Amino acid sequence: MAEGIVHNKDAFLNRIASKLGRERTEAVVLPKWKHQPQWEVFKNDGADDLLGTFRKSSMAKSALVIQTERANLAATVKEAIEKYGGGLVVTTKDRRFAEYGLESLLADSKTHVWDAGLGKRNIEIAKQANIGVIFSDISLAESGTIVQFNDKDIARSVSLLPVTYIAIVPQSTLVPRMTQATQMVHQAAAEGKDISTCINFISGPSNSADIEMDIVIGVHGPVEAVHIVVADK
Amino acid sequence: MPMKIGEKPFFGRVDDALEKTFMRTAMASAQDRLRGRKLDATVRDEQIGDWEEWRSAGEEIRRHTLENLDYYLNQLSENFSRKGGHVYFADTAEDATRYIQEVAKKKNAKKVTKAKSMVTEEIGLNEALEEIGCQVFETDLAEYILQIDDHDRPSHIVVPSLHKNKEQIRDTFRDKAGYTGTEEPRELTAFARSQLREVFLEADIGITGCNFAVAESGTISLVTNEGNANMVTTYPDTQISVMGMERLVPTWEELDVMVNLLSRSAVGQKITTYVTNLTPQLEENSVDAPKEFHLVILDAGRSNALGTEFQSALHCIRCAACVNVCPVYRHIGGHAYGSIYQGPIGAVLSPILGGYDEYGELPFASSLCAACSEACPVRIPLHEQLIRHRENYVAQKGKMSEKLAMKAFGIGASTPSLFQGAVKGLPAIMKPLVKDDGISSGPGPMKLWTAVREFPVPEKNNFRSWFKSHKQEGES
Repeated sequence: MAEGIVHNKDAFLNRIASKLGRERTEAVVLPKWKHQPQWEVFKNDGADDLLGTFRKSSMAKSALVIQTERANLAATVKEAIEKYGGGLVVTTKDRRFAEYGLESLLADSKTHVWDAGLGKRNIEIAKQANIGVIFSDISLAESGTIVQFNDKDIARSVSLLPVTYIAIVPQSTLVPRMTQATQMVHQAAAEGKDISTCINFISGPSNSADIEMDIVIGVHGPVEAVHIVVADK
Repeated sequence: MPMKIGEKPFFGRVDDALEKTFMRTAMASAQDRLRGRKLDATVRDEQIGDWEEWRSAGEEIRRHTLENLDYYLNQLSENFSRKGGHVYFADTAEDATRYIQEVAKKKNAKKVTKAKSMVTEEIGLNEALEEIGCQVFETDLAEYILQIDDHDRPSHIVVPSLHKNKEQIRDTFRDKAGYTGTEEPRELTAFARSQLREVFLEADIGITGCNFAVAESGTISLVTNEGNANMVTTYPDTQISVMGMERLVPTWEELDVMVNLLSRSAVGQKITTYVTNLTPQLEENSVDAPKEFHLVILDAGRSNALGTEFQSALHCIRCAACVNVCPVYRHIGGHAYGSIYQGPIGAVLSPILGGYDEYGELPFASSLCAACSEACPVRIPLHEQLIRHRENYVAQKGKMSEKLAMKAFGIGASTPSLFQGAVKGLPAIMKPLVKDDGISSGPGPMKLWTAVREFPVPEKNNFRSWFKSHKQEGES
């Protein structure tokens, strides 16, 4: 993408300003908000409290939660893959797989590691895959949510196309709620840093209640979800 | 006009709705469930503290954003375009659809997938794209159900197919798409998944609405559950997002508060399954991301509310919490409003966007019980705005016949002989209409009353004559 084209901006914004009864505003200082209840939620909770909340919330969102130690992570992931039917596995290209001792998973003949160099072929493989394995970048206790900062290696498809996603959740990524995650992104944006093209908050398998308000798990995204929390401190 | 539903006048639509007993029962039960879930996730959820504090936070953020709308839209546009996205500021629905048609033509697009979006419904985008030969696929389950049922219209902002039960959906799937399964929601949903799977991957353009845009980073945030919005924004080479011009927040920190208010108020979830935040990228080298990203920012009547008593109607985040508590919506359902925006917010918003000629009667579809204002997560004083609309409508519409009638009443009431004559003569005038001690079919202006309840028979004895004889009795 080259820099984008903007159409009809000034006439549009001038009309808004005139309806608001003034000239266009050149600088606005964001006020200090009087009401900020978001910072109070789980304010005094320690790591164990957050883990307990994350477990409960994940289960409420129909995601299975497994807790494990770093030394057992590879075995735990392998077991989870088998439990959910095995078959073709796709993973993101993420240095953390090696850091967490998961080389054996990557080396498995039934595992495809996302490789941008292969182009659209990756999508074909992810579509056939039974299981996608990803790492959570930030994990929200309140809602059992994993956050992914997607890019060419941390591909969006891995948590989207396979029947089941398995998210590895390093316990150090746990924060109380969305507030802490959006604050991090806000700080990056305020410092002029480029933010990820897709910042994805995912909480369990896809679902819908559009037919008579009955919740059905598994619509267009994954049908099953597993959150493996690994102690990393 | 695509925002409009049906051709009948308001009372005709209400009559139609009242005749549909099933629809009314379904609406009532869905409303109860949605309302219950919302209460569980808001006032009854102790984890988040005082829900009223959250509402105040939402109100404060929305007010500031709307008061500085030109500034934040400029910031959004600059950040979005700096990263390679194209921005089109559309004054009207027609401008928006024309721009999107041009993009589709340039891309030689054949297949278009869409995530749920009320704003594209408002501008009639599907028809515009079909006009130039595109095949448009609605992918949200409720929208998919409506689309394959010969483009039925939405009856609820959040769950557009709320008026259909599972048996009706099964029959539609069978008749229109060759479905052979049962009416089980799980099976019906699996059918939609299988029908759309390949379509997602083949589409040339993906179109979404926008729950919130983030000005500081040029980001479009989508709040969804089904995974379809992710499919729509991941595989097509071109993405187009359409937003009402008021749907933005200054920074990611305000996004947090607004997503929380929306998820809990709309569907009673702490957070929806997906909150997908998309920002264009100059060097897009991902295999599974759009290569071209367009943002259409729409006015289409919204600016009518700016600087007026209705400005706070633009604070709306489309959660439908007001719809889910409205006693009038409960009885007449969504289609009777004749607008894709129903319930209290629809009755406030539709006249702003489409004018009093088309939607002036909607503000009367309210008992003014104020449950809507109490439910609103950003504290829009909906019932007060309904009253303001009524005043404006009456002032603008004051019909000749009404003026004449009031004038005649004025003359009659201020002329003792005429007044006496009218009071005495009333029982005789009404006599032919009396049946079984009541009037159940009145003429002219009485008709609306007697359509739903009996009108009492005027007493033969009037107050003045009663008082006269009572006084005489007392004196004797």
